[in-house]
Amino acid sequence: MGLVMGTFSMQSKQVSYHKDKADDDLEMTMVCHRPEGLDQLEAQTNFSKRELQVLYRGFKNECPSGVVNEDTFKQIYSQFFPHGDASTYAHYLFNAFDTGHTGSIKFEDFVTALSILLRGSVTEKLQWTFNLYDINRDGYINKEEMTDIVRAIYDMMGKYTYPVLKNDAPKQHVDAFFQKMDKNRDGVVTLDEFIFSCQEDENIMRSLQLFENVI
Amino acid sequence: MAAGVATWLPFARAAAVGWLPLAKKTMPKPPVDNSSRSDEILYLNVSGVRFQTWKNTLDRYPDTLLGSSEKEFFFNEDTEEYFFDRDHEMFRHILNFYRTGKLHYPRHECIQAFDEELAFYGIVPEIIGDCCMEEYRDRKKENQERLAEDTEANESMDAPLPPDSTPRERLWRAFENPHTSTMALVFYYVTGFFIAVSVIANVVETVPCRPPEGRIKDLPCGEKYQLAFFCMDTACVLIFTFEYLMRLFAAPSRCKFMRSVMSVIDVVAIMPYYIGLVMPENEDVSGAFVTLRVFRVFRIFKFSRHSQGLRILGYTLKSCASELGFLLFSLTMAIIIFATVMFYAEKGTKGSTFTSIPASFWYTIVTMTTLGYGDMVPNTIAGKIFGSICSLSGVLVIALPVPVIVSNFSRIYHQNQRADKRRAQQKVRLARIRMAKKGTTNAFLQYKEDRALGGRDSDSTALCVKNRSAFEHQHHHLLHCLEKTTNHEFTDEMTYSELCMTESVGFRTSRSTSLSSQQGAQNNPTGCCPRRARRRAAMRLANSTASVSRGSVQELDTLHIKTTSIPPQTRSSLNAQADDLKLNCGEQDFTAAIISIPTPPANTPDESLPPSPAPIPGILRNTRATAFTHETVKISSL
Repeated sequence: MGLVMGTFSMQSKQVSYHKDKADDDLEMTMVCHRPEGLDQLEAQTNFSKRELQVLYRGFKNECPSGVVNEDTFKQIYSQFFPHGDASTYAHYLFNAFDTGHTGSIKFEDFVTALSILLRGSVTEKLQWTFNLYDINRDGYINKEEMTDIVRAIYDMMGKYTYPVLKNDAPKQHVDAFFQKMDKNRDGVVTLDEFIFSCQEDENIMRSLQLFENVI
Repeated sequence: MAAGVATWLPFARAAAVGWLPLAKKTMPKPPVDNSSRSDEILYLNVSGVRFQTWKNTLDRYPDTLLGSSEKEFFFNEDTEEYFFDRDHEMFRHILNFYRTGKLHYPRHECIQAFDEELAFYGIVPEIIGDCCMEEYRDRKKENQERLAEDTEANESMDAPLPPDSTPRERLWRAFENPHTSTMALVFYYVTGFFIAVSVIANVVETVPCRPPEGRIKDLPCGEKYQLAFFCMDTACVLIFTFEYLMRLFAAPSRCKFMRSVMSVIDVVAIMPYYIGLVMPENEDVSGAFVTLRVFRVFRIFKFSRHSQGLRILGYTLKSCASELGFLLFSLTMAIIIFATVMFYAEKGTKGSTFTSIPASFWYTIVTMTTLGYGDMVPNTIAGKIFGSICSLSGVLVIALPVPVIVSNFSRIYHQNQRADKRRAQQKVRLARIRMAKKGTTNAFLQYKEDRALGGRDSDSTALCVKNRSAFEHQHHHLLHCLEKTTNHEFTDEMTYSELCMTESVGFRTSRSTSLSSQQGAQNNPTGCCPRRARRRAAMRLANSTASVSRGSVQELDTLHIKTTSIPPQTRSSLNAQADDLKLNCGEQDFTAAIISIPTPPANTPDESLPPSPAPIPGILRNTRATAFTHETVKISSL
């Protein structure tokens, strides 16, 4: 009989745990964020009103609460890269988008970043990219950060690649990168070095124009 | 990919800027997107209710009707909207699917209607969201079961026997569906009666009767009137054996039959008698013999053939096997637990009835089922406490699976009720359909009459013509064309029945509008008749009001042939020529034209005619007798 009572009591404890979690979720979903007015956003970004409308409709459809948290972001991004594991890179991207470090992306963050990436000047784009690589936001890209980023990118490729992915491919890639970017050979890349090196490279400059017509 | 993810694609592409500095090779050119950038609002008019949505919303699912170019077929240039002549309430759900990516199933809608809508819009039902999927599946399964049992009922139960069934098939059918023939019904009741008699005899023979003279002790009736009971038993067993053997003979699959439950019950019911006959009156084996007599009570299960309720009960128990199993298992667990506890609680007391754990089982069962005989009672306080807990929990454990079993029984019972109700309704429905069909046939005949008379009296025809709608006109024209094609004519019931009544018909040429003796008459519209080669039919049209008289000039009308089977022996002997047409009809009423053929009166038809392909004009032969039950009309031809 004691066993029976014990079982019953255990059940009730579990139930209460679930209830707490449900309450948390409920609270989360209650948070609703509204972006600033359309005019303000138009002034702040390089998008027209119409484009902002299209963007917001899509955004709101996906995230009715008005914010994207990291898990959802990872999930969305992973769906574009089904072969490999996109979660690490998505994490870095999320941090790059979430400029206020609030843990969630609001529509303004989203649209600001898109504005830079799609309609920004070359310098702005490169600056954004530098921010992405600089994981700890200290103004310098060191080898470890770069290796993390590169490894995250290679993770997205998945296992089945041609030619077969070797273990030291990220490292080699990072070495090549530093070879090119690190002008004063001090082991870190600063923003200026980065921008300067990129502007030297024809290929990079050309490809920066490619993504302008995405919207 | 999920719908909404398409919205994020631009962002993912933009984020690709982050790879550029790292790129080892140059990036490929992006695809050129020629489609218009600006999103436009589309108007969807669904039976008058206007829906508006962005084009992008619909484009999310390009493999559906609305997402592909298929919707252009529904575009109405005048109003510049897409018009769908469908249910607008269900369209709501379809459109919401595009908007939210989740398809919901509205509970109040009919499952078939919903499925049809989905099929129309090209949406696969599998994407119904989890919230509604269970309900959808349940309803669909229910519907399919109902349809399956409909068709099953239609096929198996009331379908008439094919004409060429062997006696064995007929016998089996008589056994399975006693209401099909009187003999079967009689046999059914007789066996039922004998089962009852046998069971009652078994019961009565143990009742104590007054002892005969010279004995004081009461004797069971079985021993007093031993001979009488033995005779009754023999008679019953004979009947049962006969029945079993007949069933065995008639069964289409003997192995399957022998393995079926009812057959096993039959065998078990009659075996003890035979074993008893065979076994000698030995004291050693008489104990076993007595046990065998117990099996005679299984005869009562033979009643399940006679009672639908019993069968349903059996079926319910079978279908609730898992719940019953659970009940049994949980009870066993509880019994063991409580018996152990009680045993140890009562161990110390002197004269305790709880001598062992198995002995305590009895107490536990009696207590849990709240029987409480009182032959074993706990004496210690601990024993009493545990005993009370035992009885309380017993109520709970038993009460739990019972509603499941009850609801199962109720569902199956109602299903059966539905089957019976439907059978009754089916007859009414068929009658009504028949009447409707007759209406159309009469209308057509009227039309033809008018046309025939048309030449003479233009006024009346004009009047008649006006009374018919354009649809009717076209329909009648169509039927007329068919007649011309097949060289047969439509007629009505009465005329046909008259025709059928006569055994042979002599004819004369009627003022037919067409006489064609060329290529073989095509058969009825349902086209299931075998056409023998080189058959020709000379057919004439006849006046629709002609009556048929035997042996004299006849003008025949078209026959209205109902379908049932005819036993082969009613075929008219005439025209054993190979040129016979045999019209075989499907289930619907079919009207086939009958031919009136000119024949010299001397040439009396029928039996006297030699089966030679003489150039006799085709003679119409009907099968004998049974008016409406004829299925084949033999029409000989030139």
